[in-house]
Amino acid sequence: MSNLQVSIYRYNPETDSAPYMQEFQVDTKGRDVMVLDVLHMMKEQDSALAFRRSCREGVCGSDGMNMNGKNGLACITPLSDVVKNNKLTLRPLPGLPVIRDMVVDMGLFYKQYERIQPYLKNDTPAPAIERLQSPEERDKLDGLYECILCACCSTACPSFWWNPEKFVGPAGLLQSYRFLADSRDTATSERLSDLEDPFSVFRCRGIMNCVAVCPKGLNPTRAIGKIREMLLAEAT
Amino acid sequence: MSNLRSLTFDAIIIGGGGSGLRAALELAKSGKKTAVLSKVFPTRSHTVSAQGGITCAIASDDPNDDWRWHMYDTVKGGDYIADQDAAEYMCSEGPKAVFELEHMGLPFSRLDNGRIYQRPFGGQSKNFGEGGQAARTCAAADRTGHALLHTLYQNNLKNDTVFLNEWYAVDLVKNASGDVVGCIAMCIETGEVVHVKSKATVLATGGAGRIYASTTNALINTGDGIGMAMRAGFPMQDMEMWQFHPTGIYGAGTLVTEGCRGEGGYLINKDGERFMERYAPNAKDLAGRDVVARSMVMEILEGRGCGDKGDHVFLKLDHLGEEVLGKRLPGIVELSKTFAHVDPAKDPIPVVPTCHYMMGGIPTNIHGQAITMDESGNDHIVNGLFACGEAACVSVHGANRLGGNSLLDLVVFGRAAGMFIEGALNEGIEYLDASESDVESAMQRITRWNESEGGESIPELKAELQEIMQSSFGVFREEKNMLDGVDKLAQLRERIANAYLPDKSNAFNTARVEALELDNLMEVAEATAIAALKRNESRGAHSRYDYPDRDDVNWLKHSLYFPLTKELKKRDVNFKPKTVDTFEPKVRTY
Repeated sequence: MSNLQVSIYRYNPETDSAPYMQEFQVDTKGRDVMVLDVLHMMKEQDSALAFRRSCREGVCGSDGMNMNGKNGLACITPLSDVVKNNKLTLRPLPGLPVIRDMVVDMGLFYKQYERIQPYLKNDTPAPAIERLQSPEERDKLDGLYECILCACCSTACPSFWWNPEKFVGPAGLLQSYRFLADSRDTATSERLSDLEDPFSVFRCRGIMNCVAVCPKGLNPTRAIGKIREMLLAEAT
Repeated sequence: MSNLRSLTFDAIIIGGGGSGLRAALELAKSGKKTAVLSKVFPTRSHTVSAQGGITCAIASDDPNDDWRWHMYDTVKGGDYIADQDAAEYMCSEGPKAVFELEHMGLPFSRLDNGRIYQRPFGGQSKNFGEGGQAARTCAAADRTGHALLHTLYQNNLKNDTVFLNEWYAVDLVKNASGDVVGCIAMCIETGEVVHVKSKATVLATGGAGRIYASTTNALINTGDGIGMAMRAGFPMQDMEMWQFHPTGIYGAGTLVTEGCRGEGGYLINKDGERFMERYAPNAKDLAGRDVVARSMVMEILEGRGCGDKGDHVFLKLDHLGEEVLGKRLPGIVELSKTFAHVDPAKDPIPVVPTCHYMMGGIPTNIHGQAITMDESGNDHIVNGLFACGEAACVSVHGANRLGGNSLLDLVVFGRAAGMFIEGALNEGIEYLDASESDVESAMQRITRWNESEGGESIPELKAELQEIMQSSFGVFREEKNMLDGVDKLAQLRERIANAYLPDKSNAFNTARVEALELDNLMEVAEATAIAALKRNESRGAHSRYDYPDRDDVNWLKHSLYFPLTKELKKRDVNFKPKTVDTFEPKVRTY
């Protein structure tokens, strides 16, 4: 079994005038390890290689990156899912400024998340116990609340690439709908009026890259469609 | 060092997991100048990995449930060295803290009547152990930690909490009187090192499971707050008490929630036998985690393990059916497919006891104030220093934590620390400023790494440390092996003190962070090793071949490890709850 050929994006702002691709040879001993394991093996060869990681089980969202052209989480992507002809190309998530190597500046992404006011709003006094919610009402949050903010979707979205300041992007809109769909939230009109401009929601062209890459199997396009329906219903 | 930039806050919270964010929320609402300083973006903290739920007597599944029953289970589960005043506070305040989370928007699963869904977990009983199994763990499917952490982060956004995200706290700054008056911290993105001045410093840095080679813990769980407090000379409590979770996925170490067994799953050996029936005839697979983990190891040692090497057992879930698995345990289905290549609807999951949780930590009272002990054995509050969550040892978990009690610990004691600090700030806090030499001594460590010119490599030393802990301080322990481990750790400490950081660059230098983390792992490992060697009994998670019995005459006590002298002292356990009778130690069976 020959070594895995890894080509990885490198850029250290202190020493490099421009980014470049660096080649690594990694001996995986023939095992079908995760891409994150390969990154650790590469870091043993060069401790200066920078990437984010935390939970290593696909729930914290730290290690979103572009692997052979597709965004995903390195920790739950086995080599067999992405490697072709024994070659693996690793790049940072597209569309966001690079801080160093695989580490991108997530500022814009987080700003769009914050913009949709991602917290429950309920203007009625809280009861002494929990607010009641039927299992059917709660079911509406499935497929929405599980987002881990890894940014795989938004950074795969051409609409977000063009208008990252004005288009909320699939991750932010999925969370927006998570609160619109929550029977306990009373701010529906307010939330919708914040989204009715031509950019926030309507820049979505239904390309569905977000759905194709979401490592949690979520469907932001469907959520965006629901928001559009609500906006249109509100307008008529 | 006077050229260091300084940042000044009323309170600085180090750590952006559940307890840190809960404390921060309380302080943000109070209008005090506070910040959360976290080495990762808060939702990447390890709380996100908690699965099964948050245990609390909200009387949803059983309208007659009683927090006193929960307290009894907690004290018994901790093998009687949980402080009863703290367990009383956690279990009685718990419902308030859980309802607050729900009001903040946490998407709990629901019962038909609209109340929060609760599932059975290990060690739970009704009526003080007399009324059979309880279902007391409030759940959001099997993603409760994720739901809880995101909800807390979202509500901190709502309340305009200041975040220093991807900043790393290096060491505490103490003044001439020994009060903690802030810390040295590094912005990971730029490499800038600053002096953070604060009247209250809260260590909410979580656990340190990465001292073991095999752990359910995130890669970031390196005991940073523990290391900081120990280098500042403060003692650690009950550090020998490490929980090995019965069901880590064999090989990968990723967690499979106890909720699987709560929903009706069970463990089998290579003969397909449900072996827990032999070890815990009543509670079976829902006995305390320490009991289940030991039983699994016994099965393996006696030749009834599964697989070619006979070194694991199976968790059987297929009889629950796809609907229950999809509704109640969707994350587990995902994880077992990814990490064990098993579809639990068809085949059992290979599992093995895996390091999961640090019961010990920085001793505190119920307000989160850090405690040390003087020469005559009296408790003393450390001015300016607070701890909550897994980094703290209040102690509600004693020698063995019950499943679902960690999330409750986080929110109850994060909230309590926040409320107490707000009150203290309102009354006015004045400590002596740190002198230049005080700041310089807190800078020593990072300066040492930055000036290192050669020596051994950081990842190799880390791997050695993890192997030592794995082989000498695992589920079963004995003196000879532990002496060997303590010896090896002493040598390793010297080698780490001379290890080499090759990359000295500033921008997002993760190698520097890993070097600083290695120092903390070393502190935690040594405290664990020495405390484990000296506690000559078996209690809760601490099991010794050479002292197989619990020794209440000598060891119904907390251990207190003093890092500067490497001495282990004893500290009294609290047996004086305020509103209920003391739970007297009994033989612990399930």
